[in-house]
Amino acid sequence: MTETVATPQTEDAPAFPDDRTCPYQLPESYVSWRDEPRSLSRVTLYDGSHAWVVTKHEAARKLLADPRLSSDRTRAGFPATSARVASFRDSRRPFIGLDPPEHGPLRRMTISEFTVKRMKGMRADIERIVHGFIDDMLAAGPPADLVGSFALPVPSMVICRLLGVPYADHDFFQDASRRLVQAPDAPSAVAARQDLERYMDGRITELQTRPGPGLLGSLVAEQLANGEIDREGLIANALLLLVAGHETTASMTSFGVITLLEHPDQLAALRADPGLAPGAVEELLRYLAIADLAGSRVATADIEIDGQLIRAGDGVIVTNSIANRDGSVFAEPDTFDVRRSARHHIAFGYGVHQCLGQNLARLELEVIITALFDRIPTLRLAVPVDRLTLRPGTTIQGVNELPVTW
Amino acid sequence: MRVTADRGVCVGAGLCALTAPGVFDQDDDGVVTVLAADPAADRRPDVREAVDLCPSGAVRIIE
Repeated sequence: MTETVATPQTEDAPAFPDDRTCPYQLPESYVSWRDEPRSLSRVTLYDGSHAWVVTKHEAARKLLADPRLSSDRTRAGFPATSARVASFRDSRRPFIGLDPPEHGPLRRMTISEFTVKRMKGMRADIERIVHGFIDDMLAAGPPADLVGSFALPVPSMVICRLLGVPYADHDFFQDASRRLVQAPDAPSAVAARQDLERYMDGRITELQTRPGPGLLGSLVAEQLANGEIDREGLIANALLLLVAGHETTASMTSFGVITLLEHPDQLAALRADPGLAPGAVEELLRYLAIADLAGSRVATADIEIDGQLIRAGDGVIVTNSIANRDGSVFAEPDTFDVRRSARHHIAFGYGVHQCLGQNLARLELEVIITALFDRIPTLRLAVPVDRLTLRPGTTIQGVNELPVTW
Repeated sequence: MRVTADRGVCVGAGLCALTAPGVFDQDDDGVVTVLAADPAADRRPDVREAVDLCPSGAVRIIE
């Protein structure tokens, strides 16, 4: 090992994760680490253990593609950012928690449903769903809670369609998903997970008796039937897709609407030229990075990066919200600019675990921001943005309610 | 410019098909296929971007 590598000063390592005070700006501590020349900052987690936070874009991409970093949360040293996350150590891992070579075959069972072509084929369906919920909102009249009446039900109905889960059950799984991602402690996280597992188990039994549509229908009829996946593994993967399909797009929708409303010049540019929508979606993804703990890993060997040493067994958190604000890649990184080229953001991660549903998310967000401001041009927040209650930094960033009017 | 794709390491993110359509595609299983191994000069910037965005390193350029 080189002698230039500094020993980490863990005694005074600041607490992580930190909470946002504005939906679209980093917490102050993240800004200070981002502005330091080094690529890694040492932090203290809720249980007193330490981990590295990766703050630079190039280092983040290198590390997320490095096979010496494991996604296996059962390995010693895997960083738990909350008691909720720690409680998942004992449950069956979906494919995002597996390393190569186990990871590949399980991910591959699902990718055919998320291809660019497949998403293009879903556009008309998604437009119909988005306009349907806007119709309902307009019919009910202002004010409205944008999360409950639009931001959550849109992706919920879309992922139900894709998976082959009956939307009629949405009250149950929207509530259970929310409890799972926001559980304040381990027992409530475990309870929410068990509720969802029981639900998926029941759905699989139904599909075994009466074959049905969607990705779950085909996984039951093919991969489960021929033994490529076992029942527990299928439950874990289906649960992941259902929860990830809900909470991420819902959060991007509510934070995206806030960000556009708070940047009226950018919103005006987008409304004047709908051709800007795909680029605006990339910029929203870069700027908001609502799933910024998904890059949690543990080192399986010593890794030296930019003159700093990660030791085998160290926890590493590639924090994409910070890397997406790296000024060497994105000029004036804290400025929201729908015309910039933001495609190199890592809001969806990087490496073999990069978001499976990214092209679905892109399509949903493009349809959503276009249709919403087209149909409700006077849409505005019903409370000042600094009065909104933001979720804590320990989970997917978002709001549980967004009062709007028009 | 010659373009190759390693179907063994592809994770089906679809960024190549999104960024350089006509050069890359995804087959029915979602795995990368190369449609134009020797892309026209005006497609090369897109191809370079697709290579840079590919999360698994499956898509490569051999100059």
